[in-house]
Amino acid sequence: MKVPRCKGTRDLLPLDMAKFRRIEAQFRDCCLGWGYQEIRTPVLEYLHLFTSAGTLSPDMLGRVYSFLDWDGWSGERVALRPDGTIPTARLYVENFQNLPIARFFYVENMFAFEGTGKESRERWQCGAELIGGSKAEGDVELISLALEAITKLGIEPVELRLAHAGLIKTFLEGLGLSGEAGADVLDQVFSGNLGVLSDLKGGNPELAKNLQLLFGLKGNSPGFVENLRGVFSSSLPALEPSLNELARISNLLTGLGFDYQIDFTSGRGFEYYTGIIFGFYNSGRRLGGGGRYDELIPLVGGKDICASGFALYIDELMGLLREVPRQERVLIRAKDAEGLKPSLALARQLRDAGHIAEFDLGYRKIADFRWVVNMRGGDEIELLDQSSGKKRRKSSPAELMKLLEEARCK
Amino acid sequence: MQVKLALPKGQLQDSIADLLKEAGLDVSDYSDGSRSYRPQCSGAFGLFLKVFHEKDIAIQVAIGNYDLGICRLDWVEELLAKYHSEAVIKIRDLGYGRRNLYAVAARSSGYSSLEALKDHKESLRIVSEYPNLTEAFALKQRLRRFQIFPVWGSAGVYPPENAELAIIAEPSSGRLKGQGLVPVATLLESSACLIANRDILERKNLSRLLASLSTGEANYSHAKEPPAVEAGLEARHTARGKPLVSLALPDGHQQRHVVAFLDRAGLKIEGYNVGKASTRPRIELDGVTVKVIRPQDMPLQVANGNFDLAITGRDWLRDHLYRFPSSPVDKVLDLGFGKVRIVAVVGGDLPVSNTSDLGKIRNDSALRVASEYVNIADRYAHDNHLVPYKLIPTWGASEAFLPEDADVLIENTETGSTIAKHNLKVIDTLFESSACLIGNTEAIRWPEKKDRIAYLLETMKRGVEAGCVC
Repeated sequence: MKVPRCKGTRDLLPLDMAKFRRIEAQFRDCCLGWGYQEIRTPVLEYLHLFTSAGTLSPDMLGRVYSFLDWDGWSGERVALRPDGTIPTARLYVENFQNLPIARFFYVENMFAFEGTGKESRERWQCGAELIGGSKAEGDVELISLALEAITKLGIEPVELRLAHAGLIKTFLEGLGLSGEAGADVLDQVFSGNLGVLSDLKGGNPELAKNLQLLFGLKGNSPGFVENLRGVFSSSLPALEPSLNELARISNLLTGLGFDYQIDFTSGRGFEYYTGIIFGFYNSGRRLGGGGRYDELIPLVGGKDICASGFALYIDELMGLLREVPRQERVLIRAKDAEGLKPSLALARQLRDAGHIAEFDLGYRKIADFRWVVNMRGGDEIELLDQSSGKKRRKSSPAELMKLLEEARCK
Repeated sequence: MQVKLALPKGQLQDSIADLLKEAGLDVSDYSDGSRSYRPQCSGAFGLFLKVFHEKDIAIQVAIGNYDLGICRLDWVEELLAKYHSEAVIKIRDLGYGRRNLYAVAARSSGYSSLEALKDHKESLRIVSEYPNLTEAFALKQRLRRFQIFPVWGSAGVYPPENAELAIIAEPSSGRLKGQGLVPVATLLESSACLIANRDILERKNLSRLLASLSTGEANYSHAKEPPAVEAGLEARHTARGKPLVSLALPDGHQQRHVVAFLDRAGLKIEGYNVGKASTRPRIELDGVTVKVIRPQDMPLQVANGNFDLAITGRDWLRDHLYRFPSSPVDKVLDLGFGKVRIVAVVGGDLPVSNTSDLGKIRNDSALRVASEYVNIADRYAHDNHLVPYKLIPTWGASEAFLPEDADVLIENTETGSTIAKHNLKVIDTLFESSACLIGNTEAIRWPEKKDRIAYLLETMKRGVEAGCVC
């Protein structure tokens, strides 16, 4: 009986894995180049790491895989990691609290229930977190790093969209909507239901109208941020710190020559964001995103330190990546019993020199190989170059190695 | 075309029987106390009726085994809280069996609001028969750290010593007072409702039954409120005041045997009588407290240190240890009574005489293994390589599942007569079980508990020696 794959999961086949490793390698190179250090957190974490207000959004929390472990008689649940940032915050608090600045990156899988079964419940992410340091410059560093990683993969164009959680939260607090009520409104707005804002009269209809206006406006320059200040600041002076931060980031990005769009409806994400929220898109597809989460480290028991981070969605990037070119392969065939031993020795020599050398066990199509080496006893070596169809005879492995090396360097 | 309707056992039976009668359906063998799982309907159209434990009905309708079902809304919501399915649709509120789901704390604990509980410094212990709704509630309230103890019943007896919060169903908040409990939140208002499988409703004509049930009016006078739980002789307990030694005694059908055993042992426990048990009987032993809970819940509660000792069955201990192999709970003493066999059972007409024959009935679909003993059934299935199989947890009335809604049942039997009566047959005996005293392996070594536990143990050993008959 055929055993089906578990619903909501996917296999990564060799071609998928080639793309996966390409993305991972590119991301690692970029992060290491910016001074980030690689970490890996456990797949299992205590559920309570994610349950505090200000960590996961109610929607995400409702889709966490949680269960009792084999020693879970105490009733304490564990969860399959639903997010990379919160465990990184825990890791920082546990190991690096004394560092004034920490730069981490990870390539990890996240788990979230998805009801339709059309999307995978296991999602791979490349993430980077910057804990400590100055705020706006740190945000711009992360945005630059993410854009570098995406564009070096050959994925273009990449749209950068910005929003600001602090700005939105200040509006909601002005309307008396904090905590769960505010999160509900935002969930609806980010799901595309802007109509919910017209029902927000509260005690301040002017403010409700301004919030509606905020979600309707889009801009792409520092001047736009100043316009927001001009429109909203007098009615809600508490917006000033957030506007200042957004203005600084906008100025830095413009100075660096980045194109971006400030669009508050793009601010979907996690409850833990406190400042800038950024998202990366290609033809409307979200490739990743991140933001500032200054309250998260204290929430998981650490000191009061600012932090910011992003994650790129590997599954999305794989869908956009062109096929990764395969390294040329050599098939080695022993044509008689005497040829077996020298074949194995040659295969080893080739692998040591960085070639992919596959020993022929039969059943392989030679069309899959650039080079086919036939070996017989008596040091006779026949080399077939499948790209040209030429056959050559070589008298020694050294001669053959030289030829392959020359071909590789062309 | 046959229409399949799932009906609940228990308190709702008489009201539903009236509803069916009003709807013009002449149903025999369905009333409070009747033991048939397949009531017969002599109405004009082909109606197949099956009686389940109320908690199982929403699941049976959701997976499409039944077109329609009647149960209280709280069990529907309990299913949907964990399994976000659109498979179940509520057709009609039947108006009877009203009860609310309350989050309650012990009055003596001083917690009178949710806000006060949120300030609780340690992990909040929450006990409930509704673990899925409880988890959703805890997450919605953003309780920072919590432990959920799923129980088979008697959740209200746990606070304050063994839990800060219980999620329980009661017809009104007034009834909580008598149990020494105070509501801190209402999660849900519930009553009996008619539910349907959404897919089946879209493609199958159920109109005759739906029309009949929509016009029938239930006789609410039959809707009995469950008897109020008596808080017992020690309702004025102190908050989190740890007794030196705590003992759990079972309710249900084991109680008769346990009362007789305690008599033989010479242990005087006031308020633990057959037919009218207090939830907190009083034992004439200084520094020992007693609570009455479900035997199914005891191993987990002992493992957590909520009780030091408990009288339960070896079957429930084994079910617990299969799930939590390193759990600090173990058998302390065999009590010798309540002997049952844990058996694998199939429909009497199946050409199966042992476990290895089960492959014959599997075809291309997974073997459906139903049981109250979820972990024992799971172990039985994978030890016997019954691949693939599906586990169907049940909450009672398990014989009803065979043969239509399960292929194999893992069940206990004393004489085998109930199994035979339902035209079922035993194909394997997994093990034999009887009552035993279990203990927390860490607690029984504590110096401050050791002597009292040793005394209880010696006394119970005398009870075992004096018995040797059951």
